[in-house]
Amino acid sequence: MKAPPLCYVRAATLSEAFQLWRDAGPDAKLLAGGQSLLATLAFRLSDPGTLVDISRLRELRGITQIAGSVVRVGALTTHAELGRHELMRSHVPLIAETVPLIAHPAIRNRGTIGGSLAFADPAAELPACCIALDAIIVARNAADERRIPAAQFFTGLYATALKPYELIAAVEFPAAKPGERTTIVELARRSGDYAMAGVAAKARLAGATLIEPQLVFFGVGDRPVMAQRAMAAIGGQQVLATTIAAAQAALESDLDPPADQHGSPQTKRHLARVLLARALKRLVGIEEAHSA
Amino acid sequence: MTTHIDITLTVNGERVSRRIEARRHLIDFLRLDLGLMGAHAGCEHGFCGACTVRVDGAIVRGCLVLAATLDAAQVETIEGVSDSGEIRDLQDAFIARNAAQCGYCTPGMLLTAADLLKSNPAPTREQIREHLSGNYCRCTGYHAIVDAVAAAAARRNGKTGPK
Repeated sequence: MKAPPLCYVRAATLSEAFQLWRDAGPDAKLLAGGQSLLATLAFRLSDPGTLVDISRLRELRGITQIAGSVVRVGALTTHAELGRHELMRSHVPLIAETVPLIAHPAIRNRGTIGGSLAFADPAAELPACCIALDAIIVARNAADERRIPAAQFFTGLYATALKPYELIAAVEFPAAKPGERTTIVELARRSGDYAMAGVAAKARLAGATLIEPQLVFFGVGDRPVMAQRAMAAIGGQQVLATTIAAAQAALESDLDPPADQHGSPQTKRHLARVLLARALKRLVGIEEAHSA
Repeated sequence: MTTHIDITLTVNGERVSRRIEARRHLIDFLRLDLGLMGAHAGCEHGFCGACTVRVDGAIVRGCLVLAATLDAAQVETIEGVSDSGEIRDLQDAFIARNAAQCGYCTPGMLLTAADLLKSNPAPTREQIREHLSGNYCRCTGYHAIVDAVAAAAARRNGKTGPK
């Protein structure tokens, strides 16, 4: 289908963007890369009246290192830019590892990190990664900036903590610390499609023991799901057949997956158990022959 | 606030100015407004890849880009890269391997394959499949397409390639 009739305005500066947004009213949508928004328009799932094009705002671009231990990523950074940027590869390797799993090359050239987080698809990779990495979402309105921990940002199905006339300006990632390991595993019917289920994982490794593991599942709820009980079960343990089984058993009460086009709740639970085992093994460097 | 936008951009090296509906996506702009029928509208929601074209040198889904956003952009389509001869070898390999059957996916396949060979001149078959994973083909079963891309890459690297 075609998009509904629309008004379109293009902002040249961030302050102009807020003014145009106010003028257009609260139903207007911001257009960044458009890789989710245009699909929702084509399905007529969304009828915003006006699109405010923010894609040319220099204020929302760029990847920089702040004070040595934080990498700040402008909201308009594309997935392709995230995947090839040296600072991401060296300091936020989970994101560099994740980019090839996000859609396809032509979509990665346009889709942005801010757009992905604001859209808040529960099966998307970047929201789960941001939570696993303890990232901060930097939100801006016309007057102010506020900093929202990623774990508090996703509030429901396609819902976020953003208030009316507030946008994502940047995402701040803590740089990886020595001994920290991260990985992401997912299952998709076609490479690049939204995952049937997936998990972003982080832990420190002390010898063969996992310290403070973070396990954030996606595609198994209305938002990313931190698997608190599985994390408690494997924290301070070595990754062995017995401890994996204990974490898998604990995972049962972390998840309450709804049925979707990919399968029943039982299917999702099974996939999540399998992925949990793969993620834990990868964190400690036990490679499986085929992981996705 | 306006539902129509004036844009001026470059399409296959030619400067083009049009007044368009704000909701017009790039593929309808190319096909219906400019008469460039090479890129195809398939699913119109980013799934199939038949609408793949280049904007400012990077491949994009034409159905997921509004023409209104492209003022001052450089757009290249299969017509442009065919005329320039840039992907003649890939096109020859597609013909030799019967990698185009109905042809609907072919322009998108060719531009995506060209994009791969630009950044990775000697891809493995696995890497070819991965890069083309966002482009559906309903005829070939993909094998002939992967063969064609591998053969073109091998030729560019001075090898004869698999028979």
